[in-house]
Amino acid sequence: MAANNPFPLSRDALLGCYRRMRTIREFEDRLHIDFGRGDIPGFVHLYAGEEAAAVGIMSHLGDGDRIASTHRGHGHCIAKGVDVGAMMKEIYGRKGGSCEGKGGSMHIADLSKGMMGANGILGAGAPLVCGAALAAKFRGKGEIAICFVGDGASNQGTFLESLNLAAIWNLPALFVVENNGYAESTSRDYATAVNSYVDRASGFGLPGVVVDGTDFFAVHEAAGEIIRRAREGGGPSLLECKMVRFHGHFEGDAQTYRANGELEDLRANHDCLKKLAAQLTSAGVASAAELADIDRQVLALIEQAVVDAKAAPLPSAADLLTDVYVKY
Amino acid sequence: MARRISLKTAVNEAIDQAMQLDPTVIMLGEDIVGGAGAPGEMDAWGGVLGVTKGLYAKHGDRLLDTPLSESAYVGAAIGAACCGMRPIAELMFIDFMGVCFDQIFNQAAKFRYMFGGKAETPVVIRCMVGAGFRAAAQHSQMLTPLFTHIPGLKVVCPSTPYDTKGLLMQSIRDNDPVIFCEHKNLYALEGDVPEAPYAIPFGEANVVREGRDVTIVTYGLMVHRSLEAAATLAKEGIDVEIVDLRTLSPLDIDTVLESVTRTGRLVCVDEASPRCNIATDIAAQVAMHAFKALKAQIEQVAPPHTPVPFSPTLEDLYIPSAAQIAQAVRRTTGGK
Ligand SMILES: Cc1ncc(C[n+]2csc(CCOP(=O)(O)OP(=O)(O)O)c2C)c(N)n1
Ligand SMILES: [Mg+2]
Repeated sequence: MAANNPFPLSRDALLGCYRRMRTIREFEDRLHIDFGRGDIPGFVHLYAGEEAAAVGIMSHLGDGDRIASTHRGHGHCIAKGVDVGAMMKEIYGRKGGSCEGKGGSMHIADLSKGMMGANGILGAGAPLVCGAALAAKFRGKGEIAICFVGDGASNQGTFLESLNLAAIWNLPALFVVENNGYAESTSRDYATAVNSYVDRASGFGLPGVVVDGTDFFAVHEAAGEIIRRAREGGGPSLLECKMVRFHGHFEGDAQTYRANGELEDLRANHDCLKKLAAQLTSAGVASAAELADIDRQVLALIEQAVVDAKAAPLPSAADLLTDVYVKY
Repeated sequence: MARRISLKTAVNEAIDQAMQLDPTVIMLGEDIVGGAGAPGEMDAWGGVLGVTKGLYAKHGDRLLDTPLSESAYVGAAIGAACCGMRPIAELMFIDFMGVCFDQIFNQAAKFRYMFGGKAETPVVIRCMVGAGFRAAAQHSQMLTPLFTHIPGLKVVCPSTPYDTKGLLMQSIRDNDPVIFCEHKNLYALEGDVPEAPYAIPFGEANVVREGRDVTIVTYGLMVHRSLEAAATLAKEGIDVEIVDLRTLSPLDIDTVLESVTRTGRLVCVDEASPRCNIATDIAAQVAMHAFKALKAQIEQVAPPHTPVPFSPTLEDLYIPSAAQIAQAVRRTTGGK
């Protein structure tokens, strides 16, 4: 089978990407259920439906490459290699969570994996990524930094200022606009004057590319090209991924701003995971049974993560006061 | 005619009536209507917690949904205020002030003085404050002291539905920029509120409980924690007076001084972090102006000097409790 693999990735790498996308989907769908049961506190924004973008891009990165994420950060974390068990504990507010229970869903970070944090402040990641890219430039090892931003948050001044800064300093940075058509309940088309983020990018002197963010291979190819250029000193770019979100803005959103049948259509016809599975099986790179086997393993992994999270110790009173400063 | 409504409804009603009374009142914010440009329902959200739901049906395009660009739209509200409008800008969470702070403290706050008394900036910036929502470090802060520090801004933080409606109506009528802080954990609180429009003047604290032995000075959610503490202490024979400041700038220091002069004991309770907050300001002013009346050391009850933690276990420890307040009161009475 491997002999006639038509894809630009090895069979192992492809199955690894499929596994990561499935892990994100399973993680998010499980949170959706457990949130509905009242098990999970706080604001939870799910990435289900958008997996191809995170995994397609992150498949080009190593731990030395940095990313800054958004409020909808679980997918970026998993794709960047953050431990799923630690993430689940974090979301449950437990010790042993990625941030020892102090951050929660909106602030998961793992600096050892180059994951600079989900973020509760829209647009805040872009300047940080300019800094990460500047540091990478000084280090001179060909590392890069990537900022994820929603279509809505791309209207923040911080984001627009960062495009210019990255351009004038020729930083090894990539700005990924995750365009899912909505910011909360407001449509992209209402809130953003230009239709194409490529036009925005060129206004700031950066090359821009648009891809179908539900097509793993399209994302992988486009990201590969601009990441290679950034590593070689060719400067920053913007990548717009057109994508869909399968759940509400946050858990508890009734989504009455959507058209009748919109969600059903997205799930039936724009599911990036179904697309990848079909591409892999029809090319004969993997059988349906092999993918089903991965699905089962992922399900078990997530189930275990939930069991472990619920069993993990709660933080103690002493934990409240630690880690405000390095030294004080 | 008064009827019982929630604090959330009181906010909605104040905006509704202010818009009916004055055509220059407009409102700007993210998803305050919701569904703009989307294929489904308009007024899909009415704000992130539904506070402004229904206003679009009554006032239409006087409510403007904005892009996610706080500097631009809060600044635009301030600019429009200088040009004859009375805008209300909604910033979902006070934490987001970081994004648009220049427009507030270098622009809105300064015009009147810088321009030699010739400018008026009647803008209201509404935002949610406070912890207890499991919303973590960037959506839970009580940043009131940042704003009371700045001359030119007025700062309001009500504790009841009645005060909310009256103070919001006053904020909209007021000719200075007002930061209006709504505690997200008080939205569901119900209380008697008159149907007719009314305004509560700024700079008038409310004595929500009269008592002989100790004065608690506080505002917002902490008024309710203090009332709980007072109920416990009453059983121990300690009679607590509670002053709800209601507006933090201007500050009704006279009511505070008068109360402390009678009781001789002061406990300042604040949900803001403990350094340079409202509590320390009250403590300093009492020490400066009524030192001789004090029979005991002034006590402060505030969260620790940390960001707001996510884990519910930690967040519950973070927020000052009725038990901590009661304990502080007991310290001032020497256990009496
Ligand atoms: C500075 C700031 N303003 C507003 C918010 C509230 N908020 C959180 S997510 C969101 C919508 C974001 O939309 P988009 O950027 O398109 O990302 P998506 O949720 O679609 O992934 C808003 C308004 C915030 N967290 N930070
Ligand atoms: Mg979006």
